[in-house]
Amino acid sequence: MSELRQQILILHLAYPELDSQAVAWALYDGAAPQDARQMQSGDQEEPPYRSVLHAMREGWFLLQISPLPYYVRGQEHETGHLPYEYVLERRVPTHD
Amino acid sequence: MTSSTAGLLDTPAKEPYAGVSREYLLTAKQMAQFAVDGYLLFDAFVPQELNERVYADQCAGKGHWHDSESIREVFELPQVKGILQSLLGVNPVYDHSALHVVGPQQHKAQAWHADSIIDARPFAFDVQTMYFSHDVPKETGPTLILPGSHLRRVSNMSISRYKNIVGQTQLIGRAGAIAFLHHGLWHCAQPNYTDKTRYMFKLRLRPGQEQRGLFNTDGYDDPEVRRIAGGFPHHGWQGDQARAENVQRAKFWRYLCDDDSVDVAFEGVLTRMGI
Repeated sequence: MSELRQQILILHLAYPELDSQAVAWALYDGAAPQDARQMQSGDQEEPPYRSVLHAMREGWFLLQISPLPYYVRGQEHETGHLPYEYVLERRVPTHD
Repeated sequence: MTSSTAGLLDTPAKEPYAGVSREYLLTAKQMAQFAVDGYLLFDAFVPQELNERVYADQCAGKGHWHDSESIREVFELPQVKGILQSLLGVNPVYDHSALHVVGPQQHKAQAWHADSIIDARPFAFDVQTMYFSHDVPKETGPTLILPGSHLRRVSNMSISRYKNIVGQTQLIGRAGAIAFLHHGLWHCAQPNYTDKTRYMFKLRLRPGQEQRGLFNTDGYDDPEVRRIAGGFPHHGWQGDQARAENVQRAKFWRYLCDDDSVDVAFEGVLTRMGI
């Protein structure tokens, strides 16, 4: 029987609600062999799921929800990293 | 830097460079597009005869700024100098240059990053030119960028966790393509699936003066230009932050236009809030 390994899917949404549109995504696959090519920048045009809720329906479990932004007076309009970040996991057999 | 490169100096010029004629400057529409996207790409912009000379130098291992007279010649073209003058003024200062090489069948992509470090200047910016001496179809790995990311405050590799972002696009072009990027634009090198080496010459310049009113400002507050500079949402990936981006861009537009009363923010926010 294969051992289980963790896959981490990070979805960034347009808005904080979990069924809003995915605008960025990254997959880190702990079940893949060491020499396998992981997802890398620019290799996909469409997100794997429309939203976090869609991913949950496909068996992904939510690990972390980013806190809502805190707006500092005087810096209200400044932006930086993508704000609405959701970390999901799935445990799957190692890929042979 | 050689003394033949007038207006492009290691240190700010003591005698101001006269500049190019107005016909070579960016128009207000082009500048508005730069404000929105953080870059401008001009396809097949450099003459082919010069591209071929640069390419020969690159293949011979002499493609760096100080090694190649031809690469310096690219930046002497009035149409190139006009764009740089529109963005940086008449005394741009050499920061650094590099020849970025992606070898044949090199399938590893670079991680997302923004060059240098968090910039302390509110709206001043350096320009990174990216010049391709040969055709760069998608399979050769032209640089991947995220339009509209230039005003975000991130620290170099702090965005490397991201892999794919809606709206990401590659600087695909024909030989002579040259892009002018705001230094804050998120970008990364891409895999090369061909048997040919991909070369990208990068030159980073910083301004030698405030970047106010440097382009051809004719019509900068016309409705069509306002529509480009102020419209939103421009980039779907910005989601809830599209409004904040819009306001930041409106402030940036004031700086570029040298007019602290022009207001392209949605609902006239700058005026309404007395900003």
